[in-house]
Amino acid sequence: MEKLINEFSIGLFFWQLVLFIGLVLLLRKFAWKPILDAVEKRESGIEEALKSAEKAKLEMQNLQADNQKLLQEARAEREAMLKDARDMKNKMIEDAKGEAQEQANKMITQAQAAIESEKKAAMAELKNHVAGLSLEIAEKVVRTELSNKDKQLKLVETMLGEKSLN
Amino acid sequence: MQNIISIKTICLLFFLVSILSFANKEKHSEELNVKTEIKEYINHHLLDSYDFSLTSYTTDSGDHKYIGFPLPVILWDNGLKVFSSSKLHHGEKVAEVDGNYYKSYHGKIYKTDASGTINYDENHHATNAKPLDFSITKNVFTIFIIGLLMFFMFTRMAKSYKSSALPKGIGRGLEPIILYIRDDIAIPNIGIKKYKRYMPYLLTVFFFIWIINLLGLTPLGINVTNNIAVTLALALVTYFLTTFTANKNYWGHIFWMPGVPWPMRIILAPIELLGTLIKPFSLMIRLYANITAGHIVLMSIIGLMFIFKNWLGSSLSFGLAFALSLLELLVAALQAYIFTMLSALYFGSAVEEPHHDH
Repeated sequence: MEKLINEFSIGLFFWQLVLFIGLVLLLRKFAWKPILDAVEKRESGIEEALKSAEKAKLEMQNLQADNQKLLQEARAEREAMLKDARDMKNKMIEDAKGEAQEQANKMITQAQAAIESEKKAAMAELKNHVAGLSLEIAEKVVRTELSNKDKQLKLVETMLGEKSLN
Repeated sequence: MQNIISIKTICLLFFLVSILSFANKEKHSEELNVKTEIKEYINHHLLDSYDFSLTSYTTDSGDHKYIGFPLPVILWDNGLKVFSSSKLHHGEKVAEVDGNYYKSYHGKIYKTDASGTINYDENHHATNAKPLDFSITKNVFTIFIIGLLMFFMFTRMAKSYKSSALPKGIGRGLEPIILYIRDDIAIPNIGIKKYKRYMPYLLTVFFFIWIINLLGLTPLGINVTNNIAVTLALALVTYFLTTFTANKNYWGHIFWMPGVPWPMRIILAPIELLGTLIKPFSLMIRLYANITAGHIVLMSIIGLMFIFKNWLGSSLSFGLAFALSLLELLVAALQAYIFTMLSALYFGSAVEEPHHDH
């Protein structure tokens, strides 16, 4: 201990204290502060970058999910549209068929009615014609028949007899 | 098992070597000379000096020649006296400045008469007057150089951050250490809220002690941290930083310890107060003693090489000195770490927020 005190140098103590405190102050201003600030800035930068990467990943996932949803919706819509179109087509075909049938029926009835009326007309004409012919024939027959007396009488008689039968 | 055997073999060899050297009686007196010379050399190495000498040799005519350069001597002796240390001639001559005579003796400057007489007391201590000595000694010069080196090294590193987020050059190696001090010394001991205030001191003290310890292991013969004045200055800075930044909670724990009965508080107060002084005192002694012991042991083992003067003993000493040098490399960093760590611990206790659990 005595040796220690004996060896103790005030000058060295003074210079060490002055130089060391000076060094601390100088380094604090010109080295430690910029170094520590830079390191801290870098660390926070890395942390932020990691966080934003995580966020971007999450967003990406969301986006993909959205896309999937949209795709599904689109598919469903297409499906629905196709179904509608098919239904429409079927309906149209159905309608067209019904209309055509109706039209046809109508035409058939019209045709039938026309045929009927034509038939009637034809029949009437035929009757008239037949009646004319019959009269003509009857006239001719009667003329020939009635050229002799006996025959005339006989006819009258038959006709009368027929009448009475009625 | 292999290791134990090899250690035993080495020990045995050492034992044999020492017996052999003791058996050789003819060389004994010569050896004694070498031994005292080594002892003196080690003592001289541990002391500060007024000039920066790397090595010295003795010429054939018996003169000591030193290789190095002189440094300024600054004395306060009824006025400022500044002169070159070359005037002192390594304590061999008396320096005359403005009519006063000075002589360096065992690393200290004494005021003497013109012939350089040193008076001794019964314990062989010089009783001459000692002027106030603010000389730029070898250690002061080294501290200054280290300061400059650190300043340029770390400002360069700080500049490299301006161009890119990653450090360049020397900063690449230094940044992990800075981060280690921040993340594993400062933050766990002081706390995330208040550690920033102490970072400049912790970083500076760590690198300062580390670099200066490493420099002590070079063959330049520098040894700064084995001067008690240097470690005292460092410990004092820690002490004053702790004392002046301490909060109410810290003083409360010293003068009026919470959670104990009041008579105990009165007994504890002086003990706690003494504790605040013992903490930096232990910092001072620990650093000083570790580095001094390392230097003494290392130099003694190197000295053994010259005592043995045979191939076995000298080469074993060399191997041991080499192994010890590696250990000292570790100690250099370890002491810097311990000083920084304990300083951080003391700062942490000074700014600790009160816990409400007692």
